[in-house]
Amino acid sequence: MTFQTMLASMSAGMLRSLAIFFLTLIFSLPLGMAVMYLRRSKYKVISGITKIYIAIMRGTPLMLQLLMWYFGPFYLFRWSIRGYRFPAIIIGFSMNYAAYFAEIYRSGYEAIPVGQFEAAEVLGYSRSQTFFKIILPQLVKTILPSITNEIITLVKDTSLAFTLAYNEMFSIAKQIASSQTSFVPFIIAGVFYFVMNYVVAFVMERAEKALAYY
Amino acid sequence: MILEMNNIQKSFKDLKVLRDISIHVDKGEVVSIIGPSGSGKSTLLRCATFLETIDAGEILYMDRAAAKTNEEGKAEYVSHAELQQFKQYFGLVFQQFNLFPHYSVLKNVMDAPVYVLKHSREEAEAQALELLDKMNLKDKAGAYPSQLSGGQQQRVAIARALAMNPDILFFDEPTSALDPELTGEVLKVIRQLADEKMTMVVVTHEMPFARAVSDRVIFMDKGVIVEQGDPEKVFGDPDHERTKQFLRNYQQ
Ligand SMILES: Nc1ncnc2c1ncn2[C@@H]1O[C@H](COP(=O)(O)OP(=O)(O)OP(=O)(O)O)[C@@H](O)[C@H]1O
Ligand SMILES: [Mg+2]
Repeated sequence: MTFQTMLASMSAGMLRSLAIFFLTLIFSLPLGMAVMYLRRSKYKVISGITKIYIAIMRGTPLMLQLLMWYFGPFYLFRWSIRGYRFPAIIIGFSMNYAAYFAEIYRSGYEAIPVGQFEAAEVLGYSRSQTFFKIILPQLVKTILPSITNEIITLVKDTSLAFTLAYNEMFSIAKQIASSQTSFVPFIIAGVFYFVMNYVVAFVMERAEKALAYY
Repeated sequence: MILEMNNIQKSFKDLKVLRDISIHVDKGEVVSIIGPSGSGKSTLLRCATFLETIDAGEILYMDRAAAKTNEEGKAEYVSHAELQQFKQYFGLVFQQFNLFPHYSVLKNVMDAPVYVLKHSREEAEAQALELLDKMNLKDKAGAYPSQLSGGQQQRVAIARALAMNPDILFFDEPTSALDPELTGEVLKVIRQLADEKMTMVVVTHEMPFARAVSDRVIFMDKGVIVEQGDPEKVFGDPDHERTKQFLRNYQQ
């Protein structure tokens, strides 16, 4: 097998890895905000349940969680859903990352002086105006470095989708490596993750610079 | 009557902070509130500006009730939408300024007029620049709050409050977070507003300022109004022993 054919067969896997990466971000970033609000709820039951949810998501391996999301419906309800593999992966990743993002948001949210909320309230801003105009921009600035760390972890975590026998890039790399007794696929995989994280770091650094105006 | 607060009661858990307080402020009046720490001055302003909810009593702006006591003796507020409208009657200047750090000085002043009052951008910007000029800050329009001194930030905060065209302006210790050499410039601005007959309620520890600027002084202690009246009377010849004692402590 030539280098080109290896790369060609791995590129389909790369697209799948990218799909996991972007879909997880699209779902978990806003979901994390909702989780943060539930976590901060004044109703003890809601904040309590959310706290347990966060503890489980952060306290157990993502690999195990993926298995649970995929096989859980079958073992619990005897449901077997066609084509559920990919959705299960996205649900598993999103629910897991939402918990991490929620905690990051919470630390940033609590660092915003209460006077910011009060000034907005007295001026008559609506709740959504206060959130989007006053709070969110300040929140984003303080949490950006932590979010960057989390996103870099996510790039590497996409390889965990192999748990559900999903043919993302890393799974393909392993198959080719064993059938061809070659180490090259692993090098390609390593370069892929490295380049992706390089792009992530570059974009996030740009974002941090853009927010450094005050 | 611009503001009327009648028989206000407010507790935090078991701590009674306001015990049956009544104040009224007429158009053009400047009222100073003085009193020892913990007497409930900030809480009173926070109740007037709806940052805290009262337990009992009534709050009226322009003779319209925003909150009043029901049959069970509990305070009941008008709807959230109506309260939002009431907020157009007043502005509040905080001890800590609370400017929006991610907005330029100009945007701090013109944003709420555009997004809350729905004024046109041109109109809001013209008014903001005029107010900044009045606060001697026109050249700072493009700066960010973190680039300003405390005194400058507080003057921006005053401009921000004035940009909403309030009928009454509340100040909660506007100079307490400032270095002594910066308090003067803020007090000067407030004095200027008093000369223009802006209706104001000022909580302050600056006794000479309160004496010079106010039409009426209110002395609060432990959640009640001990004494109020003409500043010369309250400062020069107070009726109550508690007032005398407080002022004595201040002169030391
Ligand atoms: N949110 C709150 N929860 C509990 N207690 C509070 C709260 N806000 C104020 N208090 C208490 O209420 C009392 C009155 O506080 P307030 O801030 O109104 O006093 P103040 O007259 O403004 O004092 P200072 O001159 O120090 O600003 C104090 O005992 C304070 O600890
Ligand atoms: Mg106070």
